[in-house]
Amino acid sequence: MLLLIEQILNGLQLGLLLFLLAAGLTLVFGIMDLVNLAHGSLYMIGAYFAATFAALTGSFVLAAILALGATLLVGMAVEVIAMRRLYGRDHLDHVLATFGLILFFNELVRLLWGPAGMNLPLPGWLNTSVQLLPGLQYPTYRIAIILVSLAVAVLLYVTVMRTRIGMLIRAGASNREMVSALGVNIKLLYTLVFGLGAALAGLAGLMQAPILTVQIGMGENILILAFVVIIIGGIGSIRGALIAAILIGLIDTIGRSYLPDLLRLVMSPRGASAIAPAVSSMLIYALMALVLIVRPQGLFPVSGK
Amino acid sequence: MSARLTLRNAVVAGLLVFLVLLPVYVSHGGNPFLLTLFTRILILAVAATSLNLIMGYGGMVSFGHAVFIGAGGYAVGILAEEGVASGFVQWPVAVAVSALIALVIGALSLRTRGVYFIMITLGFAQVLYYVTVGLDRYGGDDGLTIYTRSEFFRALNLSNKTTFYYVCLALLFAVIALVWRLVNSRFGLVIRGSRSNDRRMQAIGFPTFRYRLVCFVIAGAICGLAGALLANHTEFVSPAMMHWTRSGDLIVMVVLGGLGSLFGPLIGAVTLLVFEESLPLLIKSLGTPIFGAGAARAAEYWQIVLGPLLLLIVLYARGGIDGLLKGGRRG
Amino acid sequence: MADALLRTEDLTKHFGGIVASDNIPIAVAPRELHAIIGPNGAGKTTLIGELTGEIAPDSGRVFFAGQDITGVPTYKRSALGLARSFQITSLFLDLTVLDNVALAVQAHAGHSFHFWRDARRDKTLRDPARTALARVGLSGRQNAVAASLSHGEHRQLEIAMALATSPRMLLLDEPMAGMGPEESARMVTLLRELKRELTILLIEHDMEAVFALADRITVLVYGRVIASGTPDVIRANADVRQAYLGEQEAVTHV
Repeated sequence: MLLLIEQILNGLQLGLLLFLLAAGLTLVFGIMDLVNLAHGSLYMIGAYFAATFAALTGSFVLAAILALGATLLVGMAVEVIAMRRLYGRDHLDHVLATFGLILFFNELVRLLWGPAGMNLPLPGWLNTSVQLLPGLQYPTYRIAIILVSLAVAVLLYVTVMRTRIGMLIRAGASNREMVSALGVNIKLLYTLVFGLGAALAGLAGLMQAPILTVQIGMGENILILAFVVIIIGGIGSIRGALIAAILIGLIDTIGRSYLPDLLRLVMSPRGASAIAPAVSSMLIYALMALVLIVRPQGLFPVSGK
Repeated sequence: MSARLTLRNAVVAGLLVFLVLLPVYVSHGGNPFLLTLFTRILILAVAATSLNLIMGYGGMVSFGHAVFIGAGGYAVGILAEEGVASGFVQWPVAVAVSALIALVIGALSLRTRGVYFIMITLGFAQVLYYVTVGLDRYGGDDGLTIYTRSEFFRALNLSNKTTFYYVCLALLFAVIALVWRLVNSRFGLVIRGSRSNDRRMQAIGFPTFRYRLVCFVIAGAICGLAGALLANHTEFVSPAMMHWTRSGDLIVMVVLGGLGSLFGPLIGAVTLLVFEESLPLLIKSLGTPIFGAGAARAAEYWQIVLGPLLLLIVLYARGGIDGLLKGGRRG
Repeated sequence: MADALLRTEDLTKHFGGIVASDNIPIAVAPRELHAIIGPNGAGKTTLIGELTGEIAPDSGRVFFAGQDITGVPTYKRSALGLARSFQITSLFLDLTVLDNVALAVQAHAGHSFHFWRDARRDKTLRDPARTALARVGLSGRQNAVAASLSHGEHRQLEIAMALATSPRMLLLDEPMAGMGPEESARMVTLLRELKRELTILLIEHDMEAVFALADRITVLVYGRVIASGTPDVIRANADVRQAYLGEQEAVTHV
């Protein structure tokens, strides 16, 4: 039972990280109709920046803030230099062009930081655990991730729902032409939205860095999950991204921890733990396929367009 | 397919002649590495041609096409591991397994279009990738070594590099010829019409889903054959063969060569792989006199050029090399 | 009308709070040219969608040649003899004009699981296509890429493609949309000729053309049929004048 709660918390944490990644992706896809495969590269860059700044400054929090700012700038630069020219084109063009960007960023990171990957150690005060329930110790850092992500989610919600900029973003998601017809500086709006998405991706990257990894190509694996999230949640919908992300985070985590036991009933232990990720992914893709068949616009579609 | 003397036709003809004569050149003192390189190019050209069938002519952008290379490769590898070394069994099985997998993936994915289709095919590729990683009986993540190449008649010894090269070349020609007939047949026109305007195709009376599915299966089968060839060439199979970035490489080849052109995939494969091999050398040899040792280091990171190059092609040379040769008409 | 070729019964469709089709009864007799008119937003496009199978009605039924086709998918309706042209040009823009029409012929020439022979040299496909093109007057443009045609020629091509399927009935969705006076006149002449051999359901805004061609007219307003009858009857109908032609007597000259 305690193990289940721990797994649920882990799933929640993974889901929230996925949400940060998916939120940027869905905003960009919803508003600019841009399929950005290189979103995972921004996630990777955030992690690398954080690791570098942490080594330079010695402070985890400072490094995180600097990394966020740096990723935001990189995102905006990418938008101005490359993404701008892709708006309005076929999705295949987006896929090809952003695939090219993935190659570019992977090589650039390899050039600047070397092929070996990096470490982002946790500061002492975060590297502890907290007793949530009798018998259940849970790492403080993971709780911090959950709290920070929730805070960002709330902040995002407030911004999108209650501010003028947010209103423009929502309007842009459901009717692009109208917004530019209203005389809004679309170019600037797009750059900001893309930058925001990049910052969110970078935040996700740097937050998971101490737990998982900082290495080349780390973005690609999680990117696919992020796309599944936005397809299930509904393109352009932040609320949908949140719910779908948590759902997927839970399925993936609980699946990975309980499936091997289930599979061990029918196959060897080594085989069971090796194939568990496959089965767990299959569940997720099966869910995506189901959504695409039954409700192709996603669980929380943004109406209009 | 016109046989006029245009620049494009001349280039293609020249390339074909070069490919036919390459082993002759190598056996007369040429660098044997060239034979290995171009065998690989031929095999990937087969795979890219099959992708072009669904992507270039059919408008079905699959980011999971490398799955069939893996399927074909593993069919050969697993059979070899279990003692079945006969090519007469291995290769048809490779093709059949790939076709079957294509049938399943296609039946589930082809109800969607555009980026959803891309994502679903990507998802399936990931699942199959994890499945092969879990196959520890056959090496799992480490892969599986193949100790003997596929056996056919005694006269056809695939371990002989030249023989194997010509087998691959013959198969490539056969595949291109097949695709040529296919895309101009009634079936092909349905596929191309569906790419152009699927809604209209249905309005005039075509149940397009079944045709696109058959096309997808054919492409998968051909790619499975490429997988069998690749397994023989590298004498090794591993899950990495079907990682989605390999699918990305195939897409690059097709677009680079010219989406929807018959010889585009071959041109793309040649360009990309020759580029891969020669660009570092070029940078090193041209750069060292000017920049010294730094050039050698820079050469290691040549791939950094590939990304922006792809971006530029998408923006300004959408028809790929084939398009450029034809006089800059966009694809 | 018992022997109507195309008939609908209480066709109803809601989109959220909007009633696009409100218990619509349509009956088109064989060999007649029946026009559907109505102000913008009247639900004409929805109606065509329901007739072709792209939109499923919430309730009501569609009958073609006596057969209930309400649940029949779009591609099958074409095989039954119901051909449509699109309001917004929907062609195979990257193929030639002849290719476009030949595809329409091919759709009704059995299955297309033929993988080897060159379909562009298949006389059984190309000849009927050429005939259809000649019928609409586009023979001179048959080898041009469809994208290079003028708007009026696109509309002609639309009709050619519908004709190439040897239909029993044509559903024409604003074939004269965006046409100048000369092109419209040509289209009217063409439709007048086709009327002799085919049943036609014509959705149009061009009142001159409608009153020149129609045997009977149905008027649709906010998804409801407010009047149906011969052109004279419709012209005289006060409700129609009110709802559609405006309060002034915008009498159309025929």
